[in-house]
Amino acid sequence: MSTPIKETTKVPAQRSAGRTPVRPDGRPREGVVLNAFSHGFLALWALLIVLPLVWLVLSSFKTDAQIGGSAFGWPQHWSLDVFSRAWKTGIGDYLLNTVIVLVFSVPLTMLFGSMAAYVLARYRFPGNRFLYYFFVAGAMFPVFLALVPLFFMVKRLDMLNTYQGLILVYVAYSLPFTVFFMHAFFRTLPTAVFEAAILDGASHTRTFFQVMLPMAKPGLISVGIFNTLGQWNQFILPTVLMQPQSGDDPERYVLTQGLIQLQQQMGYATDLPVLFAGVTIAMIPMLVVYLSFQRQVQAGLTSATLK
Amino acid sequence: MRKGQYRFVAGFLLVPVALYLIFVIWPYIQTFGYSLTDWKGQSQTFDFVGLDNYKALFQDDVFLKAIWHNIQFLVFIPVITILLSIFFAFMVNVGGRSRAGGVSGVAGSSFYKIVYFFPQVLSLAILAVLFNAVYRSDGGGMLNGLLIKLGLVDPDSPVEWLNEPGIVRWALILVVVWHGVGFYLVLFSAAMQSIPRDVYEAALIDGAGRAQSFFRITLPLLWDTVQTAWVYLGIVAMDMFVLVSSMTASMGAYGGGPNHESDVMSTVMMRNFLYFGKSGYACAMGVIMLLLTLVLSVVTLRATRRERIEF
Repeated sequence: MSTPIKETTKVPAQRSAGRTPVRPDGRPREGVVLNAFSHGFLALWALLIVLPLVWLVLSSFKTDAQIGGSAFGWPQHWSLDVFSRAWKTGIGDYLLNTVIVLVFSVPLTMLFGSMAAYVLARYRFPGNRFLYYFFVAGAMFPVFLALVPLFFMVKRLDMLNTYQGLILVYVAYSLPFTVFFMHAFFRTLPTAVFEAAILDGASHTRTFFQVMLPMAKPGLISVGIFNTLGQWNQFILPTVLMQPQSGDDPERYVLTQGLIQLQQQMGYATDLPVLFAGVTIAMIPMLVVYLSFQRQVQAGLTSATLK
Repeated sequence: MRKGQYRFVAGFLLVPVALYLIFVIWPYIQTFGYSLTDWKGQSQTFDFVGLDNYKALFQDDVFLKAIWHNIQFLVFIPVITILLSIFFAFMVNVGGRSRAGGVSGVAGSSFYKIVYFFPQVLSLAILAVLFNAVYRSDGGGMLNGLLIKLGLVDPDSPVEWLNEPGIVRWALILVVVWHGVGFYLVLFSAAMQSIPRDVYEAALIDGAGRAQSFFRITLPLLWDTVQTAWVYLGIVAMDMFVLVSSMTASMGAYGGGPNHESDVMSTVMMRNFLYFGKSGYACAMGVIMLLLTLVLSVVTLRATRRERIEF
């Protein structure tokens, strides 16, 4: 876009000599002060992010008495036993429930969202614009507006505290944003490829799955990351929809709900290390995914916001 | 051909539209209807009571207090988060040594971005547990422990961060800010990087300092992003359910304590719905939440409207 202006009058060579760069007029450069200043603040905030997290992970190795005693004691025993206790106390089940739900809800969200977005973006038919705004409007309303009737709707379908109930609700509530995002994406794809596929005798369905959908991969990744994180971290919908309905109805808590549940239990049972170990276990997949796909995650979440 | 196309369109739309109608649109519509009834809990019957729920709502001190708390969150959460993240974004992108007359980011800027952004991928439930431990009301809490070490807090009477009427809302705001700064830093960074360098160079040649180039160039060109950030943070401030319900003292259910000092609309609504069983009344609260959200979006978009600058 532009080429840096070559410095001729200033003295960049001095930097390598290890001295403070000095302007020809003798004042230290504004940049040096600012640099130290920025590093100071940036490092401080980085510490504010990292320290509480590390502290919590360390706390899971402590005893309950130690946790209550002083904030900065060092764990005495480095035993992984607490993690297996946390796993058995429920974290294992919560994690499994979350995975079961997401394995279905995320692909279904992507499939149905792309299908609707695709026909709305590329086919002309009466009611097209109405349907598009009908979908997009859903993204504007707070979920609290629907909660009460939603609960009774799912109850009437006999799907309270079932995986399929939560899966369908997750898909439905992720549709507005997915349709909105993928609609914008499908519009940008070239028409020529589509026409070529049709001329070659591919059906509309086949054109979608074998030609258009693969071309929309970057968009699918962004919105997929957005939906996965959103559904993984969802709290309010499972709180309303995933409560055991009777004595012999088993708990099917998802991870977020389970952690809050565990927090209450461990508060009474005075076994906080188990809670902290549970949180550590819950953080590990996020940390691994985030560090491996850091660029895509950041791009996915922010581009999703900016659309 | 034409007919086949319609069949294809209908086939593709059938399932998504059905799901969306059943689970999203129809409940939204029903809420308005139920908000006009005295429907309670699991009972099958209810009577039409007109606007009685809404009248009761405006005499419900708890709900009015909750609205007021949401408004406070609406002001402080976006302001603090946006200022901090613009500040850090500026530091990361332009705070470095000036090289070749231009401006550059600090060394390790990508490291900072990775660290700052991480809280964004954690669920609010995890944050609630984490900050409950940080805010613990004895020496075992990170914050109290630190302040005791520094001699700022008396070890015998540590601060009850989540149980002091004057502090609890600030404690919650801090969690949201901690969670959000990294995300908005990345957002603003992207926006700052899309500002062409020649603009800065031209300003530099004209003799503008760093402060001037920030206030005269960077900030005005970021305005669109600020607007987006404000709307999103506003939505966060209108919700707050997870943090309040799982961090503050219970007022029967779903937090809100001490003495409703941390209650927000969402927690009051959920308490009325699932704990008191007042479904119709809770629906009226849902409608009020919708109206306030719409007012918020319109006001934000209006108040922050500026001329768009293309570059």
